[in-house]
Amino acid sequence: MTIFYIQKKAQNIRQSIIKMLLEAKTGHSAGPLGTADIFAALYFRILRHKPKQPNWSNRDRLILSCGHIVPVWYATLAEAGYFSKSRLSRLRALDSGLEGHPLKASVPGIENTSGPLGQGVSQAVGRALAAKLNNEDHQIYCLTSDGEQQEGQTWEAYMFAAKNRLANLTFILDRNNIQIGGFTEEVMPLEPLRAKLESFGMHVLETDGHNIKGIIDCCEEARAIYEKPVVIIAHTIAGKGVDFMEFDPNWHGKTPNSLEAKKALNQLRNLQGRIDYD
Amino acid sequence: MTEMRHSPRDGFGDALLTLGTKNKKVVVLSGDLKESTRCTAFAEAFPERYFDVGVAEQNMMGLASGLADEGFIPFVASFAVFNPGRNWDQLRVSVCYNKSNVKIIGSHAGFSAGPDGATHQGLEDIAITRVLPNLTVLAPADINEVKQATLRAAEVVGPVYIRFNRSEELVVTNPQEEFIIGQAKTIKTGRDIAVLTTGSMLGVAQKAVNKLSKKADIALIHHPTIKPIDRDSILDIARRVKIIITVEEAQLNGGFGSAVLEVLADKQPTRVIRVGVDDTFSQSGKPEELKDKYGIAQKDIESAILRAIIKK
Repeated sequence: MTIFYIQKKAQNIRQSIIKMLLEAKTGHSAGPLGTADIFAALYFRILRHKPKQPNWSNRDRLILSCGHIVPVWYATLAEAGYFSKSRLSRLRALDSGLEGHPLKASVPGIENTSGPLGQGVSQAVGRALAAKLNNEDHQIYCLTSDGEQQEGQTWEAYMFAAKNRLANLTFILDRNNIQIGGFTEEVMPLEPLRAKLESFGMHVLETDGHNIKGIIDCCEEARAIYEKPVVIIAHTIAGKGVDFMEFDPNWHGKTPNSLEAKKALNQLRNLQGRIDYD
Repeated sequence: MTEMRHSPRDGFGDALLTLGTKNKKVVVLSGDLKESTRCTAFAEAFPERYFDVGVAEQNMMGLASGLADEGFIPFVASFAVFNPGRNWDQLRVSVCYNKSNVKIIGSHAGFSAGPDGATHQGLEDIAITRVLPNLTVLAPADINEVKQATLRAAEVVGPVYIRFNRSEELVVTNPQEEFIIGQAKTIKTGRDIAVLTTGSMLGVAQKAVNKLSKKADIALIHHPTIKPIDRDSILDIARRVKIIITVEEAQLNGGFGSAVLEVLADKQPTRVIRVGVDDTFSQSGKPEELKDKYGIAQKDIESAILRAIIKK
């Protein structure tokens, strides 16, 4: 898969997210849009996986810890062929399986259950420990948010991962600087985040979270680190791709109305919005 | 006959060792309480399957969920006040909602950490666990029953919480006796009054029932499974006797007696006297002193029986 192809997939995922949120009228906008490039890079390059065999035992595991960005996961799984894209219109609808926060196996490809922040980080460490005990060589990736680092549980989990040298474990930390109540550095400062993570025994890499090549390169490098778990701090723009959502904490936890969705889709369509969406 | 007493937690330690030998998928996690929760023998026999997570109960529960999702059978062990007290949200989401095959061990239940004071006395764990969907809740009575309950819990696919005491408790069950999750055990039949117990209060209640057996025909039924509660047994005895007494070493609010009342209110309204801790925090003291002061000693069960005799 070329970088250009993966970028196109990311734009498709963003369009699916906007359509899902418009239909559902409930959910989070900024985080899913901001992580679309990471999800596209994971599912169309980095992960070893088989969309038609979601339980294939040698698959790399992706654990989503910041469960509220699950629309990007559903959109990506549908884009990758785990299930039909037509199901996406029923986000958060009764009996759809597209739960507001992820429930393991509620639709094919959903690997874990999360929502209350911090829990997926521990689950991922447990998965990595299990792979080590079983002498299995698959990788465990865990997507975690920056706001989530305010939970004490994440640091408990990092200590355990470092103690047990779980080098098969890579966290991708979505550093978009916003959380539901505002900017992270105003709500509860995380910086110096890199130094904190390193002092907890993590090997830390950083990338522009919208640079597909940067994300891939970091994940490749992470596989080559044998002595420590890795955290990739992916610097992202919340709401990326939709100019009026970018950088704005107000879009963390709300959905677009039909006019906003139309504007968003125009920006996200190929040819940079020169084709009108209707 | 002399009384035999033993700490129920030793039954857990024995069972873990047996399970470790039988099943390579059994792993044990402890929150820096290896010896207190009797995980030491397992840790020494199977060091590659024992993990000390440090004083970090929330992470411990999450780790167990991840391990279980990959086919392991994790036992997570700490004091009942911390596990499930400190990590209830992780128990709820990562384990129960996720249907993870995790076994949660709450040691030092009830007043058994007496001298440590109210902070360490596990009196609310029944209330906060029996409300969780998908979770089985066990409160075995003594060393023998704790061993059996632990062995059976490993056979269940799904989360199981087991609470037991640290303190030296009367040995009242037979080691050969079959333990079936979800089934109450009739210790003694009777037609006037029924005493229903859970956990280590069985031994105390038995003494009270025996002492007053000339004054009334008293049934004694033990419920080592609190969830799913044995509804059939409760409804059956409610049809036979006039008054039921429930006995537990826990808060009355939301506890075992409440579970009995829920069953009866739905199907067979019956007069019930509940013996337990009545909406209060306790203090430092020996377990026996605390049982006495907070109304769950043998004398309190006797007085409940005598009140029942007058009312019936």
